[in-house]
Amino acid sequence: MSVTLFWTAFFVIASFALYIGIAIASRVGSTDEFYVAGHHVPPIFNGMATAADWMSAASFLSMAGLIAFSGFDGSVFLMGWTGGYVLLALLLAPYLRRFGKFTVPDFIGDRYYSDTARVVAVICAIFISFTYIAGQMQGVGIAFSRFLEIPVETGVVIGGLVVLMYATLGGMKGITYTQVAQYCVMIFAFMTPAIFISLQLTGSPIPQLGFIGNVADGTPLLVKLDGMLTELGFAPYTDGSKSTFDVFAITLALMAGTAGLPHVIIRFFTVPKAADARKSAGWALLFIGILYLTAPAVAVFARTNFIETVNESVYDVDTTVLAEGESETPDWFHRWETTGLLGFEDRNGDGRIQYRADPEVNEVTTLNRDIFVLANPEIANLPGWVIGLVVAGGIAAALSTAAGLLLVISSSISHDLCRKVLFKSMTDRQELLIARLSATGAVLIAILAGIYPPGFVASVVALAFGLAAASFFPAILLGIFWQRMSKEGAIAGMVTGLLVTGAYILTYKIFGWIPNDAEHWILGVSPEGFGTIGMVISFIVSVTVSLLTPAPPPDVRELVERIRAP
Amino acid sequence: MTQDKASARKAYWRANLGLMGVLLAIWFTVSFGFGIVLRPWLDLVSLGGAPLGFWFAQQGSILTFIGLIFYYAWAMNRLERRFADRLGPDDMTGHPDTTGRPDTTGREDAS
Repeated sequence: MSVTLFWTAFFVIASFALYIGIAIASRVGSTDEFYVAGHHVPPIFNGMATAADWMSAASFLSMAGLIAFSGFDGSVFLMGWTGGYVLLALLLAPYLRRFGKFTVPDFIGDRYYSDTARVVAVICAIFISFTYIAGQMQGVGIAFSRFLEIPVETGVVIGGLVVLMYATLGGMKGITYTQVAQYCVMIFAFMTPAIFISLQLTGSPIPQLGFIGNVADGTPLLVKLDGMLTELGFAPYTDGSKSTFDVFAITLALMAGTAGLPHVIIRFFTVPKAADARKSAGWALLFIGILYLTAPAVAVFARTNFIETVNESVYDVDTTVLAEGESETPDWFHRWETTGLLGFEDRNGDGRIQYRADPEVNEVTTLNRDIFVLANPEIANLPGWVIGLVVAGGIAAALSTAAGLLLVISSSISHDLCRKVLFKSMTDRQELLIARLSATGAVLIAILAGIYPPGFVASVVALAFGLAAASFFPAILLGIFWQRMSKEGAIAGMVTGLLVTGAYILTYKIFGWIPNDAEHWILGVSPEGFGTIGMVISFIVSVTVSLLTPAPPPDVRELVERIRAP
Repeated sequence: MTQDKASARKAYWRANLGLMGVLLAIWFTVSFGFGIVLRPWLDLVSLGGAPLGFWFAQQGSILTFIGLIFYYAWAMNRLERRFADRLGPDDMTGHPDTTGRPDTTGREDAS
């Protein structure tokens, strides 16, 4: 283990040194550079930065494991979290770039000629961003504590200080180039074990193709997995358990949510012009796609490997005699048992692990899905440095997302709240100071949230997506494509979308007032998919209220004309 | 704004909406159509070792999305070049997002 520890420390320290070096090289002196990197980021770099910004600790560490145990149902994440980029590229990004300012509340406030709308947008942006940041910081702490044998709190503080350094010094400019580096660390770390496992299982060096490839005896991998699962009493991997309507609703909510998330949108303010915003959305999705097309492959590999090496394996060769054709439980299983994320109980006392669907017989008592990406190198018997690399990748994924969110919070406070609403006579220098101070404040709160994670963090991610889909997405979309949309319509739509979606998710997931199962859901839509319903309601309310209230003034019509012109 | 310019803007916007409509229809078909609603039927056919509907839900739709965005970026650049003459240079630089560069010269990036 000490070799692994050495390499982990090496990769983490080396990557941190790189991030800080970039920050020092790209420190900024104006709000233009602080908020949008002076609009100078080339599309391909913006694509990479967006990919790192977007792919959080959850995408990197948890998604493959989650899909491995949900099979077809996992498709909602794959399609939902990538399909949103089509909406962004076609419907939002080029127009918001042509609008030419700094933040999402900026657009809402100007387009809807109202400080009330601006403040509603600021509240949404800050709320969505904080829910996300807490999860990222927690991820950093866990990665540190498990692999570097440092207390969780220390890990969170170290991670927080690194982000603080490059976010306050370099603002968007520092964050952008750090994210480019983080993307490279991340994708290398994700692909290396995936390629080796794909070679072992399917003989294909390209995991994206190994997914639809055959195993050694010529059977397609997916057919083999389906067969093994049915034999153990599970549903086939390629079948889903969720209702078609719910899958539909969740996918749409994740797509619209992705398109409406402020930390993703602001990345498109950084490129030189609207045409670059379209192009960079393509690059972003290509870079995201490399990981997202690999994740379903890793999921299938992980599930297959798990069944093959763990099921019917002999748990302890010192006390049980190995019969002909039997194998020993792999080392990584024992190692993860000590973390409490994996558990075995020999119910029938035969010294062998039985993995079954039936909870009465199943002997794998605890199985945390998050372990699979981290355990992958060990499962494939890869050298210690690969494990170190994966840990550095996980931390990079968490920090890059945290930094993007941090910038949303700091620009919402300094630019939209202070400059545009509270102290309109502020100078550029003062605004920059406040931007740095609010970024510092936000990091400190994020560190606290990482050390004392609110118990509901996992469920509030659904909330963040639902809220983005039901508030920002309709308001921005109608603002661009429907000139008649009035401020009253926008405010009513955003507030209704927020309240309806928030109330539904809180009721089922946080307070548990109504049991969270398909029988009790309205229209059979799960809380994760309710953003879709909230979005439809928000659209209806926005349009109805707009038609009943006065049309927007002529200068707003001109603004809309301007962002539409080539 | 001259009469011609106004009608050029309208034509440009209509062409944009038309292109967008087609691409969004494809976006909807591969994901919500092939990957979700029509999946049971598509699954009767296999692509490599994967049922086709399942493959669309997990990989095919993502590949299509990437293609759609790059096509849109390319087609819009072409569209904007086509309208560049009729809209005139002042309209191209008349908004604040241009950083000294005309917007529609189609600056080919290093990408």
